[in-house]
Parts: sequence; C-alpha cells; structure tokens
Amino acid sequence: MAVALAASAVLSGCGGGGSDKKPRLAVSAASSLTQALTSCSSAFADAKVRLEFGGSDELAARIRQGAKPDVYAAANTKLPQALHEEGRLDKPRVFANNELVLAIPQRSSKVHSLSDVGKPGLKIAVGSPSVPVGSYTAQALSRLPARDQQGIEANIRSKEPDVKGVVGKLTQGAVDAGFVYATDVRATAGKLVAVELPARLEPTVAYGAGVVRKTAHLAAARKYVQGLVSGACEAALHKAGFGSP
Amino acid sequence: MSIAAHPGLQIWFKIALGVALAVALTFLTLPVAAIFVNSSPRELASSLGDPVARDALWLSLKTTAISLALIVAIGTPAAYFLATRRFPGRAVAITLVELPLVLPPAVAGIALLAAVGPSGILGGVVSATGIELVLQTAGVVVALTFVASPFYVRQAHAAFGSVEHTLIEASRTLGASEARTFARIVIPAAAPSLVAGMGLALGRALGEFGATLMFAGSFRGVTQTVPLAIYDRFATDFPAALALSAVLVAVSAAILLSIKFVVGSEILGGSASR
Repeated sequence: MAVALAASAVLSGCGGGGSDKKPRLAVSAASSLTQALTSCSSAFADAKVRLEFGGSDELAARIRQGAKPDVYAAANTKLPQALHEEGRLDKPRVFANNELVLAIPQRSSKVHSLSDVGKPGLKIAVGSPSVPVGSYTAQALSRLPARDQQGIEANIRSKEPDVKGVVGKLTQGAVDAGFVYATDVRATAGKLVAVELPARLEPTVAYGAGVVRKTAHLAAARKYVQGLVSGACEAALHKAGFGSP
Repeated sequence: MSIAAHPGLQIWFKIALGVALAVALTFLTLPVAAIFVNSSPRELASSLGDPVARDALWLSLKTTAISLALIVAIGTPAAYFLATRRFPGRAVAITLVELPLVLPPAVAGIALLAAVGPSGILGGVVSATGIELVLQTAGVVVALTFVASPFYVRQAHAAFGSVEHTLIEASRTLGASEARTFARIVIPAAAPSLVAGMGLALGRALGEFGATLMFAGSFRGVTQTVPLAIYDRFATDFPAALALSAVLVAVSAAILLSIKFVVGSEILGGSASR
C-alpha cells in the first residue's frame, strides 16, 4: 500500500511544479465540450491546462468524492449550482448554450423526421437519465403526446453514460437515431445530420462553469472561467456551434 | 559458503518475505473491505430489492454462464490441440490466443465493433445470418467470451502439457483410441487445473465493463450487466453503487469458494496449477 501510494505521489508530483513556472490547471469538463476546449486551451497564457472530459454527473460525483480539479464545466446549470450549494464550487456562471437535436446517419433511409423515430423496429440510443443529455432527452420526450413518447421509448436500445457513447453508437451504425447536442453533430464533420426538434419540445440547454473551492491556482482558474465567456475559448465555443448565454 | 552459515541473513530474508506479504495483503484487501465498511446491511438488502439491480445481476449471471459454457466447449479441445501437436506457426497461434489477456477492455470493444459491428469487416456477413449482436444480450456474451477465454485456454494448455505422458501411452498401448484416452485419462488428470482456469475466466467475465459498454451498450435487462449498473449509479447514488459492488464481490467470492470446496482446496491455492 505504502509503496503504491509513494509511487503515485511521485507520479502526480511530476505534474505539479518543476521545469516550467506556469501552474498546471486541471479542468473537468462535459464530454460535449471536448473539441471546443481542446482547441482553445493550449493557447491559455496563465497556465498549462490539463483537460479531463466525461459525463457531467460523473465528474461532479468525483468532486464530491474528493477529487480536486481547478475548474468544473458542466452541460447543465443544475450540477454546478448543486456543488456550489454544497460549498465545493465558487459561484458558477453560465457560459454557453447548446441545442438538443435528433441525430441520424448522413444517408439514413429510415429516419427523416422526429415522427419516424417512434416507428416499430427502429433502434435509438440516448443518454442515461443521470447524465445531462439524457435528462434533456427525457424532458423533451415528456412534452410529446403520450403515444408518441411511448413509441420512441420502446425503441431505445442503449442508455449511454455520456454523449460520446450515443455519438459512437450512431457513427458505428449500431442505431438509427439518437438524441445529442447540435455541437456533437457538427463535430462529426458530416457523418451525422441534425434534425431540429420542434420549439415546443426543446429544453433549455445552458452550460455552467465554476472554480473549485480551495484551488491552489485561484487567479488562473478564475481567468480560465472568465475566458469561457469572453476570450479564446469563447471564440472556440462559438466556432463549435455553441450559443452565447 | 551456504546460506545456513549466515543466520543473520536468513532472518532478514524471512522478515522481507513477511513484510512483502503484509504489504500485498493490505493493498489488495483494503479497497474490498472499504466497500463493506461503507455499506450497511440494510443498504445491501435494499439494493437487492431494487428491480434494476436484480435485472443487472440476473443478466450478469446468465451471460457469464453462457460465455463460460462456450469457452469450455471450444477452448478445451483447442487447448489440447495446442498442447499435444507440433505444427508450423504454433508459437504464433499460442500468442494470438493469449493476446486478449493484455488488451485493454476499450480496445477489445473497438476491435469487436471493427470486426463484427454493423459497419465492421464481417458486419454484413453477421447481419445476413439474421444474428444481431450489437445492443443485444448476444453481444454481451460475445464481449465476455472474447476477454475471458484466454484465461481458460492458457490454463488448459498448461494443464494438458503437464499430464504424465506415460499415462497417455499406457492407455493407447491398451488399445484405447485418442478420443477415449482424452475423455478417460487426460481430462480427469487435468481437471483441477481446468476448473481453476474456469474460475479465472468466470471472474474476468463477471467483472467485464469496457468492452461490454462499447460493443453491446447499456440497457436494463438486455445489456446492462452489474458493472455497468454500478457505473450508472456512481454519479447519482454512491451508496447504491457501493451496495451493488458489495453484492458483486459477494457473488464472485461465493462462486470461487464453491469451486474450491467442490474440487478440493489445493486447486485454486495454486499448487496444482502448473
């Protein structure tokens, strides 16, 4: 035990300080932010950014279990707000909007609109209800007439732990349709096509981020969060298809 | 100059062995013990009462049993072939059979998708036969079989290789066919090791996560095995995830112990495994 702990202390210590003077900033962010944040974070002047992506709920659970990233960025505002109320996150701010869409493969012969998704025999993938994309999906489907909702729910074949799982099942041809964010469809560079949901179904998809309490790099972490609203990352988010709050 | 001439050295060696065992035991048992410390018996009971958890447990047991049956049915003769025949490329064949041992589960999932997924190289062939694997229980069985079979085949290969040659020769001299010798002499002689290999494969299959998620997805009662259900709860309900983990540990331990009990304690203890 002691040996393994010592070894892991050496490993994590290597990342801490050392050769260059810039602090290392650990950013835990929602899967759907992968492309945008990867492209802008290398240019962040105040720190070397280490990005970790996952389902927003998994990342929040890790913070609750004692993990200490410096910044947390989620695909909803509920999780950062809850962490804030538990005293684990400074006051979060909304930095981007996204849109829940129906995604289908580019040359889909089976699905053209939302009304096709409930047809018997169709296969769809959604996010697990615990992850934001899954709860947005459940929210949108609950606004449909009961029969349509049941038809679609009967076709669900997988509830994935994060949005990448849904996109993966779609691009691999394992399912005929899935509910993901508009930005995820854009990131597949044409492999998937987005079908917009009717306005009355669309949930409000707002992204919230905050500085994790007791971070060792408070100034840099604050600057990073600020940069999501105005700065290099704001531009990258915009380019990836996110809307301004 | 024997070691016995240095009693001091001998004592230090013994102490070093003892310390190493103590470190290993602490490191390996502490996390498992923590699962039970943190989940009360009431939580354990209520997690078993949860229909989602029961579905996951039943699915895990079912898929593990099927894949273990497949592994033993195909793996036993395959391992016997490897152990008793010399043919060109034998070393390569052995390496290929054992390769999934060192593959990360995510790689196994990707590899299965690339091979027999809907857009994989054999995807068309698979769907032409009317079999659906991806997002189906059959896909879970495929994933479990892929990652777990090397554990059994490797053990069986070693077991067949160490069966006394004189026994086999005596049986053949007395006029028994190779098939009969295999069934009556080789299998009983190798049985303890084969069972040990089954135990290893079973443990690996029961704990499979990454390949299952990537290849088969996660859906209650169809593809959501216990490890996937644990991961699904981890974020929203940590105590429930802990309780379900405890159940999985208990089930795995019970299976291992009953194998030990049925076949004899020396087997999984390791003395007969070579």
